Amino acid sequence: MTLLIARRVALSVVTVLLATVLVFTAIQLLPGDAATQILGQNATPDAVATLRGQLGLDQPAIARFFSWLGGALHGDFGTSLVSHQSVGAEVGRALVNTSLLAVITIVVGITLALVLGMVAGLLRDKWPDVAISTIALVGMSVPEFVVATVLVLLFSITIPFFPAVVVAGQNATIAELLPSVTLPAVALIFVLSAYIIRMMRTSVIDVSDSEFVRTAVLKGNSLGRIVFKHILPSAMLPTLNVIAMNVAWLVGGVVVVESIFNYPGIGTLMIQSVQTRDLPVILLITVLSAVVFVVCNLLADLISIALNPRLRHSRSAR
Amino acid sequence: MTAVTVSSRFTQNRASARRVVRSILSSKSATVGFGLVILQIILAIFAPVLTPYNPTTNDAMSALADPSGAHLLGADALGRDILTRTLYGGQYALTVSFAATVITVALGSLIAGIAAFRGGIVDEVITRVLDSILAIPAILSLLVIVTVFGSGQWVIVFAAVVVYTGGVTRVVRAAILDVLSKDFITAARARGEGMFSILLREVFPNVLDVILVEFAMRASWIVLLISSLSFLGFGANPPTPDWGLMVAENRNLMAIAPLSTVAPIVALATLIVGLNLAADGLAKSFGIDRMKEVLG
Repeated sequence: MTLLIARRVALSVVTVLLATVLVFTAIQLLPGDAATQILGQNATPDAVATLRGQLGLDQPAIARFFSWLGGALHGDFGTSLVSHQSVGAEVGRALVNTSLLAVITIVVGITLALVLGMVAGLLRDKWPDVAISTIALVGMSVPEFVVATVLVLLFSITIPFFPAVVVAGQNATIAELLPSVTLPAVALIFVLSAYIIRMMRTSVIDVSDSEFVRTAVLKGNSLGRIVFKHILPSAMLPTLNVIAMNVAWLVGGVVVVESIFNYPGIGTLMIQSVQTRDLPVILLITVLSAVVFVVCNLLADLISIALNPRLRHSRSAR
Repeated sequence: MTAVTVSSRFTQNRASARRVVRSILSSKSATVGFGLVILQIILAIFAPVLTPYNPTTNDAMSALADPSGAHLLGADALGRDILTRTLYGGQYALTVSFAATVITVALGSLIAGIAAFRGGIVDEVITRVLDSILAIPAILSLLVIVTVFGSGQWVIVFAAVVVYTGGVTRVVRAAILDVLSKDFITAARARGEGMFSILLREVFPNVLDVILVEFAMRASWIVLLISSLSFLGFGANPPTPDWGLMVAENRNLMAIAPLSTVAPIVALATLIVGLNLAADGLAKSFGIDRMKEVLG
């Protein structure tokens, strides 16, 4: 079992590394580099060459990648080619803001989705199920930008209660950001919970039909005991992977939602850095998102292994 | 001997196709789903007949016109008829996402076939590389691709293929591995058939159900993705009548001309709801667990 976990962790590290190499290579293909972007179109070739030398862009790509990797392993992610600040600090600030949004979304979204999915599954084909399933279908079918646009329309224009656009800049404190988190979080929760609700509903239905639940019913257990002791743990198991997948997908949704609400987080920073070819910033964001993806999947695997003894032999787990 | 097995498999396929159609028609939501998709296709094809306006011609006289007999849904800030732009938006969304989905699913299935058939190191390398692509957030890959190649519909198709092929491969590979353990594959190998011949004639017909469900599901994601890109300003270039772009252009005017934002949103949502219901219906009639497909 230790071997199995070690193998998963090793594969995860390989995945993160490969993802970084892929993005690094792709950025090399971008027309123009940071030097031409900073100096603009009217720069003399000499000026561009000098700036390239200062930024280290005249080194071969492989040498640059390994010097970046060497620094990254020591926690030094270089300096932004555009703002000349430490990339770690710049991304860190945005990460704190995004984390605030993400934590609220994940905690509220997953809890809500699990409860709704369970209610829908237990009351199969009754009106609460029809209502919840319809909401989930809509959540699967409308992009984040539509949800966000409709929310802005509803709340900021007709009921001006929540701010439609964040006015605080990159350096806003958490207390300043808190009221503006609401609408972006609601938009993300709506999209995040759709697949989780569906999966939870399906597996609650599957488990309720199983023999051990029927036995529990026939033994005269109370409804609460049947639901929480028997149905919930078994139904959670297949749902875990869907939760992991959706949390990893959240990275994409965050980019769209942040840009709509002008929220000063990782997503806004990502769009800016791609536009300015700020490679060190893009690379760190890539590493972070790949780590989120890999950790989510790894956690789901580990929890499944912990909850399900049948998976503990590497042969059946692969 | 071979001829007999081949013909029996084809008749079986035709019979099961009829069964699938019947089971889709018997499910209310699947019928609604296919109906919505077919309706969108018809509206897109007949857009030039249905409306007298051009989707990209400005008309200052009718700028921000309220809904009336002349402009059923009103006109946007440049005086373009909103209904016309929404109908033509369907042409754009359907062609681009159809092209992207066909290429994604075909390429993904082919890679899956090769990985599963060859096995060993080939399989391991393909799986590793695709997993790494999946670990890069889709939006980042898209932004990088669009910045490298500029915006435009073929770039978007390429970007969608890069982002979603890995997922298709993962799901189809698992289905193919199941088929490869069957006796008729061993028989084909014993006859000395090559990899592509076995894949095309023995393997793919037997995973066609999985591939079809993948197709409907990826199509819904790709429509979603393409419109999101356009919304962010990285997809269709103005004045293309694209739904995502229309929402982005008109959302500041929501208080004055709400229909200019609502019309493309409704069109987009009905298309994706239709595709989702269709995917559900296909999955159910094939007896496939759709959530497993999502995980791919």
